[in-house]
Amino acid sequence: MKQYKKLVSPYCFWLFALTIIPMMLIAFYAFTSKGTEITTFQFTLDNFFKFMDPIFLSVLMRSLVLGVLTTAICFLIGYPIAYMIAKCKENTQTILILLITIPTWINLLMRTYAWMSILSNNGIINNLLQSIGLGRVHMMYTDFAVVIGMVYNFLPFMILPIHTSLTNMDKSLTEASMDLGASRIQTFFKVTFRLSLSGVLTGITMVFLPAISAFVIPKMLGGGQYSLIGNFIEQQFITVGNWHFGSAVSLVLAVIVIVLMALIYRVEKRTNVSNEDEEGGNKRYGKRKKIRKGSMH
Amino acid sequence: MVKEKKYVKGLCISLCLLFLYAPLFIMAFFSFNSAKSLSHFKGFSMRWYESLFGNIQLLDAVFVSVSIALLATLISTVLGTITAIALTKSKRKIRTAILQVNNLPIMNPEIVTAISLMIFFSFISIEKGYMTMLLAHIAFCTPYVITNVYPKVKQLDDNLTDAAMDLGATPFQTLVKVILPQIKSGIMAGALLAFTMSFDDFVISYFVSGNGVENISIVIYNMSKRMNPSIYALSTIVLVVILFVLLLGTFVPYLIVKKRGGKVNEALR
Repeated sequence: MKQYKKLVSPYCFWLFALTIIPMMLIAFYAFTSKGTEITTFQFTLDNFFKFMDPIFLSVLMRSLVLGVLTTAICFLIGYPIAYMIAKCKENTQTILILLITIPTWINLLMRTYAWMSILSNNGIINNLLQSIGLGRVHMMYTDFAVVIGMVYNFLPFMILPIHTSLTNMDKSLTEASMDLGASRIQTFFKVTFRLSLSGVLTGITMVFLPAISAFVIPKMLGGGQYSLIGNFIEQQFITVGNWHFGSAVSLVLAVIVIVLMALIYRVEKRTNVSNEDEEGGNKRYGKRKKIRKGSMH
Repeated sequence: MVKEKKYVKGLCISLCLLFLYAPLFIMAFFSFNSAKSLSHFKGFSMRWYESLFGNIQLLDAVFVSVSIALLATLISTVLGTITAIALTKSKRKIRTAILQVNNLPIMNPEIVTAISLMIFFSFISIEKGYMTMLLAHIAFCTPYVITNVYPKVKQLDDNLTDAAMDLGATPFQTLVKVILPQIKSGIMAGALLAFTMSFDDFVISYFVSGNGVENISIVIYNMSKRMNPSIYALSTIVLVVILFVLLLGTFVPYLIVKKRGGKVNEALR
């Protein structure tokens, strides 16, 4: 089988050209500024210092807060739902999981677009409120709209991994706990929840990470002036045209995300005693999209 | 008591499904509205479907989305499969290095990947357009193909390929007749993933495509400033197509198996 060894080189070249060089270019732009006419680029840390400004840091903070909020809501809705689905009959489970998966196949912009008219000032919700005499509520272009949009789009990614970990669990463990005299609540918190922790962590990763770097949902539901870190980067590149500053912010975002992923992966590894041999490290990050396809095979 | 619990469970799950599906159904419903309003239903009409099929910009976008998705899927599946096979045979150091770098586009926030490619294309001064969009799509799809195919290749029994070669098969014949049939499911999963990722992509396409070249997501994004029920019509068509394909993909294996009698699990794997 040695004959195939050389076939790795095209992709080596490809990765180098379309992954490594582009990332290096971001770093290059982040650490330079437009220089004088003789030296076109100058090394500088200014772009990072500029980002330390409270105005810009507040954008980052806001993204993190909305990300945490979205993740918390998804978890609070997603865990009970995943738990209830896991308690259904096997055939019902297959259908329910398929139903949860289907919306994720539809273009994110289309799904978000639907919410734009539902939440708008003379949209369906407001018409309903009006007709039962509660008056209209302004919802579009607020934090509320952005969070609803994100929860709506990311909720399945919380439910699916939790459901997987709940169904993979060894049932005899909960039975043993009950036999040994633990109450239902005790069993849930001391056995079931702990064993499903790996699914919870995967779910958190799959919701939190896209949520903090989201840029279409806040733009569509939050309005043009709304600024999260993703919108901020877009503005720097598209409207302001300051690629150096934009690159520095992107680099900060990439580092935050990759560090968080590494941390979660580490926690997951530690908690994941029961089914440690299930996944290799490489697969973990690819899970998000893979779970989407879970119902197909 | 037990019955009560069952009702609560059913109610909660139904509410969750309602939350997930209501927007989609509202969208589908109002795509048949005769008025422009998206909250008052005036009467049934197909006018938004007609205006959709008269909208050259949207039809172009559908063509771009579909053709890019097909090409990107084809190329990234071939590239990813070949690489996955080669990786299992290469030196440990090279393998870990490549798999690590391969994770980068998967782990990176989409927007960072998008601007890195945008900077790259302008750096080597390729004009942004169809070509750059295709290259970018191949770049972010291939890693997912590899993560799907590589574990399957790793499980392969080396003796089988050795046997094929001992019996006189060329490496190419061995690849086509022995290796590929065994990793078929991984390749299919990878290709499917690549297709939907490419078809749904907005962020990366938005940054790397130039004037004039738009996929469906970009058109929707540009139209999102004003309400346009044609988008609803388009979304409804996409929804129906996806539902159809998914139902087919889920239930056809069941039916085939039923005909053959048994072994449900094997067919679904």
